[in-house]
Amino acid sequence: MTTVDRPTPPVRTHKAERTWVGKSIRRVEDPRFLRGRGGYIADLVLPGMLHAAVLRSPHPHARIVSIDTSRAEAAPGVHAVVTGAQAAELTDPLPDFGPNPAAHTWRCLAVDKVRYVGEGVAVVVADDRYLAEDALELIDVEYEPLPPVVDPLAALADDAPLVHEPLGSNCAYDRTFEFGDVAGDFERADVVVTDQLRWHRSGGQPLETVGAVAEHDPATGGFRVHTNSLSFTSYLFMVATALKIPANRLDIVPMPAGGSFGSKLFVTKPLVIAAMCARLTGRPVRYLEDRVDNMANCDHHGSDRHYDVRMALTRDGKITAIDIDTVDDYGAYIQFGVGHHGNALAQVVGPYTIGSVRYRVRAVLTNKNQQGAYRGFGSEVNNWMLEQMVDKAARELGMDPVEIRRRNFIRSFPHFIPTGNVYDSGDYDAVLDKTLELGRYEHWREVQEQARAEGRYIGIGLITAQERSVFSATEFWFWFDEPGAPVTSMPESVTLKVDATGAITATLYSCAFWGNSPETMVAQLVAEEFDCDPHDVSVVYQSSKNGLPATGPGGSRTTVMLAGAVEGASAKIKEKARRAAAHLLEADPDDLEWRDGGFEVRGVPEKRKTLSEIAIMLHLFKHSFDEDVESGLEESKVFDHPYTTMPSADRKDLGVFYPFMGHACHLPVVEVDVETGVVTFLDYAAVHDCGTLVNPRSLAGHIQGGTAQGIGTALYEEFVYGPDGQLQTTSYLDYPIPTSLEVPELKIGHVETPSPWTPHGIKGGGEGGRMMAPAAINAAVNDALAPLGVRITELPLTPDRIRAALRAAGHGS
Amino acid sequence: MSTREITLTVNGRRTTLSVEPRKLLVDVLREDLGLVGTHIGCEHGVCGTCTVLRDGRSIRSCTTFAVQADGADIRTVEGLAQGPELHPLQEAFWEKQGLQCGYCTPGMLMRCVEILERDPDPTPQSVREQIASNLCRCTGYATITEAVCAAAEVMRSGARAGTEVAS
Ligand code: FES
Ligand code: FES
Repeated sequence: MTTVDRPTPPVRTHKAERTWVGKSIRRVEDPRFLRGRGGYIADLVLPGMLHAAVLRSPHPHARIVSIDTSRAEAAPGVHAVVTGAQAAELTDPLPDFGPNPAAHTWRCLAVDKVRYVGEGVAVVVADDRYLAEDALELIDVEYEPLPPVVDPLAALADDAPLVHEPLGSNCAYDRTFEFGDVAGDFERADVVVTDQLRWHRSGGQPLETVGAVAEHDPATGGFRVHTNSLSFTSYLFMVATALKIPANRLDIVPMPAGGSFGSKLFVTKPLVIAAMCARLTGRPVRYLEDRVDNMANCDHHGSDRHYDVRMALTRDGKITAIDIDTVDDYGAYIQFGVGHHGNALAQVVGPYTIGSVRYRVRAVLTNKNQQGAYRGFGSEVNNWMLEQMVDKAARELGMDPVEIRRRNFIRSFPHFIPTGNVYDSGDYDAVLDKTLELGRYEHWREVQEQARAEGRYIGIGLITAQERSVFSATEFWFWFDEPGAPVTSMPESVTLKVDATGAITATLYSCAFWGNSPETMVAQLVAEEFDCDPHDVSVVYQSSKNGLPATGPGGSRTTVMLAGAVEGASAKIKEKARRAAAHLLEADPDDLEWRDGGFEVRGVPEKRKTLSEIAIMLHLFKHSFDEDVESGLEESKVFDHPYTTMPSADRKDLGVFYPFMGHACHLPVVEVDVETGVVTFLDYAAVHDCGTLVNPRSLAGHIQGGTAQGIGTALYEEFVYGPDGQLQTTSYLDYPIPTSLEVPELKIGHVETPSPWTPHGIKGGGEGGRMMAPAAINAAVNDALAPLGVRITELPLTPDRIRAALRAAGHGS
Repeated sequence: MSTREITLTVNGRRTTLSVEPRKLLVDVLREDLGLVGTHIGCEHGVCGTCTVLRDGRSIRSCTTFAVQADGADIRTVEGLAQGPELHPLQEAFWEKQGLQCGYCTPGMLMRCVEILERDPDPTPQSVREQIASNLCRCTGYATITEAVCAAAEVMRSGARAGTEVAS
């Protein structure tokens, strides 16, 4: 029996008039980046620093018979050469949240066998990177090739070669979840729509790769490591374990990241390699991936799924149930478990009132680089799958895509979906209406018709989909009955300091800058609290050793969580300042109100103290105050996840784990050249609702930029592994990232439905356009090709795939 | 390894240095001259992150050996701002949010300097076509195009007013 306790948090009253929250101010981060003074990891040079380079496996699957490093060790400028076997003595396995990690041990370098092309087998440390790479060529490795496991469906066969022998299978996880009366709903259905879909792997590919600069202190045995990947800050003890040191001997210093898109989420391998080499050589060591390292070995390839889906509907287009069976090709390891499917389950029914869900997920291991995070973390794939199914149903029922969506929209909130997650608020009709108008839907339908008469294929894609925000870590463990764990918070912290002059500094505790605007956002929130100019707020990042609990960016959580922390720290500061002001004004603290940057006696504006007047007294003249008042004006707030609940013991209800639900509608218009298979954009409108906006232009940036990535996913980008297991796309020539000519300028609109449960009503929106664009573009292409009887269910829609589909339908040769 | 002596004029300053023939221009700028504003993205000539101007023309410094640039006039992002004063392109990128992570920005800025030096009044479409040489993974380009057109306008009016426009 499923019993679930569903307490909801108290509903907040949001400030009606806001000064800074909601303004598109210039970003406070930008001046240093515009001057080329970003201070990225590659810019950091320490005295005596050495450089590491990694030798990579040319084989997808092979036993390492022997490694001879003697020639490399003798090469000029070389300080050390470490093989995988030696590294296994120097370090412990890397942090792994996957099921049964002992059965698929993951280390910084391969030990007995290599499991994908590009896996590291040895590292050279030399005076410079050129010399290190020279020496790599002098390492002699003898491999005994093994048959590669490439096709995830074939990998499930009983006689398939094994990627990890101790696992006894290539299936790392297989479970079917049922939420609601799926069988009954299918029995009662008037129509059942079925389909098979295929989403190929791509990746974030930020222009900056991942790297670390490590310093070892032989006196304490500890490390100070600078890196551009620092999130899951509260889990850094796991990195200390990999380095075999106590957690309090590790200090990780966050560096700004030149883009991440998820792919710099908790990347531990470069950090461990650099630290291992620093300890070995007694010198600071930099290990910075080059592009080939990153493409082949970043541990952050995106989802790679096969779907078998059935959808149950009534005759009039009401969707009642969905039955999803997915096989996900995780590659050679599975560091984050199947958390990607937790993301999918957070919003598995999209914006629709679907009543029951069956979800089977099989996580398969193959000889490829492993999956990590890519903007959407698997929920964008679910969006695409669901919208494809909705469109197919509309087609079979002869309904307009707008109509079928309206018929199924959720309209009352909070709404608990069958999996147990909650949607806090939304207005899906408003978003749809605005998009139809902005994107001139009717106009394009007319143009489409004329074009068809002329033999041109114009398509209009219309999708409505979710963007969940602010995860709770339950989604990383509710997959298992054992070990059970209590409900998990992923906190975020801020310290605010008002100095003696009244100037404010905010300290953040995780790597928050990876292209988003944490400093601007925090500055705006602080300015909103204290009525100052956001450009006068100083923002600094603390290293991990003196850090407060923090998680870092990911799952569109930063803005909401930092807003909570800023709100909490501000309240504490104001409380202390109120008492101090009351003392100085000889008034009752309760008679004071905050106005315009200071406290004043209600109704007596001339009796007031500004924040700086209060601050200088508190900093320098403590003895003017009561005994229990301490010098200074500095407060911290650890903000915990505001709303997460336990899953039921039988896992028929997963509880609340991703409650702040954004929504968007995308409306691209494309033309498909049926001769060449090339897709071009004629128009593109996108309207997002992620609650109250902090900086509308920043969000627009995520929508436009995320859509550019979504265009890559939909049309161009794919990490292609050949049948022999070779990675065929190891440069930007083979892995084409959209340029300014492939990306249209979006017409962007915003709807703001505040969350009842977050500060100011903010929801996360950082994953932006990539949540929706692949689904929308696929829909547009299918709409264009509908008169030819062609519907494509495989991304990316490369010209080759489009031409093949046309040929298969008997069009052209 | 043997080295060769080369002379570069970088952001108006002449330097003579000895470099290995195989050393890339980007590494010489970053390591020997400390000009770390020029970034490395792909290291194989596709992304444009490493773009600098050589005798007024944009080049990929990741696929250019420093010795090939012997005697050349090189301009990098560090040469754009005049003290506290940002170049109009930098101002416009800031104003229009033509950047997010900032990693492509120095290369993109140098490419845009070249675009505007060749044509002070480009159409948005011409800007779009010309910045296709440089990848940006963050912005989706729209705000960059906008920024370049806005900077062009400022620079044209500045030029008309007889103000010296830093390049
Ligand atoms: S780094 Fe030079 S073109 Fe990519
Ligand atoms: S701003 Fe990040 S790559 Fe362009």
